Amino acid sequence: MYKVVIGLEVHCELETKAKNFSSAPNTFSQIPNENVAPVDLGLPGILPVPNKEACRKALLTAQALNCTNPDEVLFDRKNYFYADLPKGYQITQVTKPMGINGYLDIMVDGKIKRVDIHQLHLEEDTASLEHHPKYSLIDYNRSGIPLIEIVTEPCIESADEAVTFLEDLRDVFLYLGVSEAKSNYGQMRCDVNISLMEEGSDKLGTKVEMKNINAFNNVRAAIEYEIKRQSELLERGEKIVQETRRIAEDGKTYSMREKVDAVDYKYFVEPNIPPVSLSKEYLDELRSTLPELKLSRYLKYTQLGISSEDSATLSKERSISDYFEEVLSYGSDVELSVNFVITAILSTLNKLEISLNDLFITPKMLSGVVDLVSKGDISLDHGKKILYKAIDEKMDPVELIEKEGLHQINDEGELLKLITEIMDENGEIVRQYVEDGNMSAINFFIGQTMKRSNRQANPNKSKEIIISELERRKNNAGK
Amino acid sequence: MYRGKSILELRESLDNGNVTSEELFGSANKLAHYFQEDYNSFVTIIDKCKVKRSNSLISGIPYALKDNFSTTGILTTGSSNILKDYVPVYDATVYKKLKRAGGVLVGKTVLDELAMGGTGTTGHTGIVRNPWDKERQIGGSSAGSAASVALGIVPFSIGSDTGDSVRKPASFGGIVGFKPTYGLISRYGMFAFASSLDHVATLTRNVRDAAIVTDILKGQDPKDMVTLKDDGKKYVDTLDNDIKGRKLFYIKEICDLDLYKDSGDSELIEVLEKFHELLDKCREMGFVVEEVSVDKDLFNAIYPTYMCISCAEATSNNANLTGIQFGPRGEGNSIEEIMFDARTKGFSELIKRRFILGSYILQKENQEKLFLNACRVRHMIVDKITELFKEYDGMILPASGGIAPKFDEKDEKLSDRYLLLENHLAIGNFGGFPSITLPFAFVSDMPVGINITGGVKCDDIVLNMAERIEELTGYKDIYAKVGDIDV
Repeated sequence: MYKVVIGLEVHCELETKAKNFSSAPNTFSQIPNENVAPVDLGLPGILPVPNKEACRKALLTAQALNCTNPDEVLFDRKNYFYADLPKGYQITQVTKPMGINGYLDIMVDGKIKRVDIHQLHLEEDTASLEHHPKYSLIDYNRSGIPLIEIVTEPCIESADEAVTFLEDLRDVFLYLGVSEAKSNYGQMRCDVNISLMEEGSDKLGTKVEMKNINAFNNVRAAIEYEIKRQSELLERGEKIVQETRRIAEDGKTYSMREKVDAVDYKYFVEPNIPPVSLSKEYLDELRSTLPELKLSRYLKYTQLGISSEDSATLSKERSISDYFEEVLSYGSDVELSVNFVITAILSTLNKLEISLNDLFITPKMLSGVVDLVSKGDISLDHGKKILYKAIDEKMDPVELIEKEGLHQINDEGELLKLITEIMDENGEIVRQYVEDGNMSAINFFIGQTMKRSNRQANPNKSKEIIISELERRKNNAGK
Repeated sequence: MYRGKSILELRESLDNGNVTSEELFGSANKLAHYFQEDYNSFVTIIDKCKVKRSNSLISGIPYALKDNFSTTGILTTGSSNILKDYVPVYDATVYKKLKRAGGVLVGKTVLDELAMGGTGTTGHTGIVRNPWDKERQIGGSSAGSAASVALGIVPFSIGSDTGDSVRKPASFGGIVGFKPTYGLISRYGMFAFASSLDHVATLTRNVRDAAIVTDILKGQDPKDMVTLKDDGKKYVDTLDNDIKGRKLFYIKEICDLDLYKDSGDSELIEVLEKFHELLDKCREMGFVVEEVSVDKDLFNAIYPTYMCISCAEATSNNANLTGIQFGPRGEGNSIEEIMFDARTKGFSELIKRRFILGSYILQKENQEKLFLNACRVRHMIVDKITELFKEYDGMILPASGGIAPKFDEKDEKLSDRYLLLENHLAIGNFGGFPSITLPFAFVSDMPVGINITGGVKCDDIVLNMAERIEELTGYKDIYAKVGDIDV
């Protein structure tokens, strides 16, 4: 058996108004070469001016990943020639990355796994190339977009761990609001380094690198394929070649190039960007804006007795989690709140294809409904129905109840009066129950009661009264 | 009629209505064409007068710009084949400021290819000749900018100075070259050679004009992170300040006559004798001038230190010249081959040599020993000089150990004269010190310059001292009165 050793290098484009070192807009555009400034083309004489917001977001992400921030912001040049790199060098960070020595805890198979982060640094994206049989096209829209690169230690041991880490990392980006992290737009990309070592050995095997994988399921496929491929080679006593491979559409990996000598990027400190020192006050203030992250919220919810499935659903997105926590902050019943948020609010968002921001119902409004249900003033069903109506009519549900007199009819006398009326009008149905023992009559009368009461009748109480009234009539008939 | 006139003289003529800016432009344009064949100052001569009037002192006054400043719609070649057809799409901050001030661009001047080199002989359009003697170099890299001012075509021109690229040709051309404190003038749009050493600098025929132009160019630029906050000073206002008690030093190890008495170099001896004569006159005027002794090894290291840092930065800065985004497209079957071909054809041998050196210096296995050590030596030199500037207002030295060399002369690169006298101007770039060269003597009928370098952000004091020393030399507003033309 072999132990799998995986290290990931994750690139993520940051969401900012402008690019990392130029004033061109950082927006996705279908029109090639639209968002381009002289700096992004590497024209002679241009100078880089770092984007403060990109620096802030990179530092914040580093903090969220429990990294140590540097004492100053400093950039380096990475020198190499390629058609997608207009300056002939990339501005990146080697000397003082935005964060070092961090970690992210993830949950795999119900257990917490700590993934150590070697470093997080801020750099700029390259242009994108489009290859045709006889020529290639260059689109500089992407050139200069702020990019963070997160390098893990080689501490990941399975495809599951790798994919969970990537998903959780994406959720960190989304929680922090630093990136939309859409892998289908190439906003989040990943390089995978994988090697196998003999169980019980402490000697790392030969490393194979797979570059630029966008989709997480491709990461899984690539890792699983490589584990199989490398295991088989080792079983046969063959050597693993140190190389770069790519994943193809068939889910297999293919060799791109053997790694001869590592490229010398001739790094040196970028002379055009003087170092900016980071005060403890600035970093502390930044840290104070960090939200509680997914795993911590998840664990908190399970402690409240919420099922792990529901806890996961509620903690997946920050806006939903924040919403839910606000509902709880008004002292609403936990179980009912979970029920309302997951079944009513989330399903509405899905159905209407809107986000929480577009939803009229505030956590405060929702807690009003939850409280009515928990006091027994209205049934759960009734509560949800009112909530949907409130969403439609953009009204506070509690106010809606007041305004339209939508209180539930709980008064037994009132209900009995209505039910007697309905039964008197439907003698034939009553007869079927009384004489033939047709139980479906009960449902018929419940339906009629709800209809006649504008669905305000307490359904449970109505049912009780209907059954006892039918029984009473049956007994009377037998006399 | 207007040839060789200073900014202030032209300003007066314009203000009095004796001449229009169109006429001044016409005159400069004629002169530019007239001298082009013999001296080759320009890559591009502008034939259409564009004036945007303002209330600045240079409004309506012609000037020339080194061909490594980005000018929208105007060919900008860096005097290199790899940029021979490059027409920029944006303006350098300096050009923008000059336009706004009403300066009238007469032409883009020839430089040593990509500003690397000090001879004025490596530009892709041919060599630039010294107006005082056609058989001699004007020096570089701001060769055409210096020649156009020394010929009296324009009252001022803009150059770039990475080691001495403005101050050396100023010395060989009998004019004033001023490189202010690093960060005083924005480098945005100036083709980068070695970013940590690159300065925008001016060429004029007197110190006052240098102050006038610097006053217009200086200021913080959000596009250049290294620019300094505005000091709020106008350097022209303090030019006439009293210099009594201002302290200057010169370095014994560089300009002691005894060092060179056996060299057999009579011009060098004459330069040094006249230098010491000037120092005496300075003392009479009220300056305190003292000799200072420093570790000679430190100064012998200037040239190799400069080469290490500048070549390393240059190789990276010029990595954009691949013929992919702009410039002549190379041939080949892969991206690597296409770039390789474009760069092989696009650069001259000297440039390639410097790029290879720079690449070697930055290689992982050499970086510590070559690049980082050079950076350390740079700091040692700067620390030493900065320490002296605590006591002194300026350092005064001959800008060169001799007159402009002939085209076939070769430098003896390991000689004291070369290592010390021909390279000390780079100290100004190492430390970002304000540094000015002005003519102070003629030797063998050729001008020689004196250099005054001061502490960081003391540009006003350096200009003030230079202005007063200019009175002592008697070489204010000189130009080479060659050519049979009167416009």
